[in-house]
Amino acid sequence: MTEEPRRLPTPVIVVHQVTKTYGMGDTEVHALAGVSLAIQRGDFVAIMGASGSGKSTLMNILGCLDLPSTGRYLLDGVDVQGLDETQLAEVRNRKIGFIFQSFNLIPRTSAIANVELPMVYAGVKKAERRERALLAMESVGLAKRLNHTPAELSGGQQQRVAVARAIATNPAMILADEPTGNLDSAASADVLDLFEALNAEGRTVVLITHENEVADRAKRVIRLRDGRILEDVRNQPLAPTAITA
Amino acid sequence: MSLDNLRIALQGLLANRLRSALTMLGILIGVGAVIVLVAVGNGSSIAVQSQIQGLGTNVLTVQTGGFGGFGGGGAGGGGRRNGTTSRSVTLTKADVTGLGNTTLVPDVKEVAPTVNASVTGTYDGTTYQPSQFVGTTANYAQIRNYEVASGSFFTDEDQAQHRKVVVLGTTVVSQLFGQGVNPIDRVVKFGSARFRVIGVFKPRGTNGVQDQDDIAMAPLAAVQDSLTGNSGTFQSITLEATSSKTTDAAQAEVLAVLGSNHKLSSAQASTTFRVLNQASLLQTSNASNRVFTVLLGAVAAISLLVGGIGVMNIMLVTVTERTREIGIRKAVGAKKGDILGQFLVEAVLLSLLGGVTGVVGGLIGSQFKIVGITPVVAPYSVGLAFGVAVLVGLFFGIYPANRAASMRPIDALRYE
Ligand SMILES: Nc1ncnc2c1ncn2[C@@H]1O[C@H](COP(=O)(O)OP(=O)(O)OP(=O)(O)O)[C@@H](O)[C@H]1O
Ligand SMILES: [Mg+2]
Repeated sequence: MTEEPRRLPTPVIVVHQVTKTYGMGDTEVHALAGVSLAIQRGDFVAIMGASGSGKSTLMNILGCLDLPSTGRYLLDGVDVQGLDETQLAEVRNRKIGFIFQSFNLIPRTSAIANVELPMVYAGVKKAERRERALLAMESVGLAKRLNHTPAELSGGQQQRVAVARAIATNPAMILADEPTGNLDSAASADVLDLFEALNAEGRTVVLITHENEVADRAKRVIRLRDGRILEDVRNQPLAPTAITA
Repeated sequence: MSLDNLRIALQGLLANRLRSALTMLGILIGVGAVIVLVAVGNGSSIAVQSQIQGLGTNVLTVQTGGFGGFGGGGAGGGGRRNGTTSRSVTLTKADVTGLGNTTLVPDVKEVAPTVNASVTGTYDGTTYQPSQFVGTTANYAQIRNYEVASGSFFTDEDQAQHRKVVVLGTTVVSQLFGQGVNPIDRVVKFGSARFRVIGVFKPRGTNGVQDQDDIAMAPLAAVQDSLTGNSGTFQSITLEATSSKTTDAAQAEVLAVLGSNHKLSSAQASTTFRVLNQASLLQTSNASNRVFTVLLGAVAAISLLVGGIGVMNIMLVTVTERTREIGIRKAVGAKKGDILGQFLVEAVLLSLLGGVTGVVGGLIGSQFKIVGITPVVAPYSVGLAFGVAVLVGLFFGIYPANRAASMRPIDALRYE
């Protein structure tokens, strides 16, 4: 592993001069135009910015769903550019809990099976993964909705299933792309409480939001504009105990 | 992981029950068709073989007239070939005697000259014309494997005494006597002559061309006396070779004797006389039946292929429709192999289930008579159809599965 010199502890996320360009020629879009940032373990970061400013693009790169056009992304000190497809799948599986704006649950499949899914690919034994999925469903308050399919759940409940799926594998890092975008204020307060609790346990949380009330609960707020970091503000200090990946 | 793959694939299939069932149907019909059609081909070939064997594989039949072509049939002038008019050559008593000479014709065991009459039988006001009325010698029944169900066949004694006795096939019996009448010892008028029925043949059924039970047989002498006239010539001579292996040798000997009797060169003899050889008939029919079976199998194989393309089609639709699902699975850590495995297992499961039901359906379908043929299931066709079905699923599943597995998670997730 590459040691980051003279900075302890090692940041879990290091993004260095990352750009992302979509399309070619006339249709070329610079979704990210050179972003550099570091995120410490145990931080709770909100990313804000106008629509089209590149938030989702950045988040997808952080979540190893997409690769940068240029620049470097080091996760736990490892450059993801050097990882092959299988290793990337393993990183997504073990280190990251990704929560999508549009839930992204598998249709016609029970909530509990959706929560178990990452553990299926991690090779966790059936009994153990059922147990861990149950715990995750309990922690999001959906212990009574185990066998409902996504279509049989409300938007807020679906989002909580998505959260349960993200935390069931005990990832050190939670990445959430507008997790409260589709929720009313009560439901979004529930989800935010969950994130706060997870962060209090020492997990790193990065979320995208348009709402100031959501951003206010984060320890650090990063604003993007036109694919660049506009400002980076710390509201609360970092907790001393952090969970290592 | 492979067990989980199986479970995930099963869930995928169950989530789209109707579509899965329809895809399976394609494979089912393909596999079933292969089994049934090959069984039909097989069954018909076995039936024809047993019929030919029933006629006796060591039987040769000699007739005059070549294999048509020159002058042929009713042409008045006839074909003059190599100085001989084939019409003028007939089978005579001398030929029968010559063919009975075991030093000249060592591979022939029995010789039976036959004449055919076209004659209407009358009994108690009912008339019927058998399609065959054969006058022959007493050894004919044994050469041709005719068995008598009641009464007996005529003897050499009947032949020597010119007795007007007749043995009838069951079709003739039922036409002349109707139901419930024992024909034995009753007298039937054939033409102007009165023949006493002394036996009834066991039913032989059809040979595919004619009803073999529509026949009457009487001693040659009596038929010549009263129906055909005693011209001393025969329509054909039926011979029995010493074994089914010597029929070809016997055929050559027969042609040599006939050639020398009629002063013909061997080339002339082989065009003047026509020797039907049951063994070679069996070979020919075996060959043509094999072609028939292969053709049927090919038709069925095409339907299996179409079924396979159906699997590919459905898998492609499934992959397209479930692109987002693929993206989600990859986002939470599914590797390429996991996705590949899932969709391949789905495809193979589809064709496996279709294959199993197709085998069952094919075996059931082969229990029924199809266009008069009793199908005989060829075990190889079951294994082949089933194996091909699974391979088809694998083959046609690989492309869609690979397409699904190769998608980048972000592209799959963005897919609308
Ligand atoms: N697959 C793509 N192909 C082409 N252009 C893209 C693609 N994805 C994003 N973009 C462009 O990149 C820019 C940044 O998009 P991104 O999704 O990161 O915005 P965002 O900040 O998440 O916006 P929102 O708040 O509306 O979700 C946009 O201009 C968008 O049009
Ligand atoms: Mg976005």
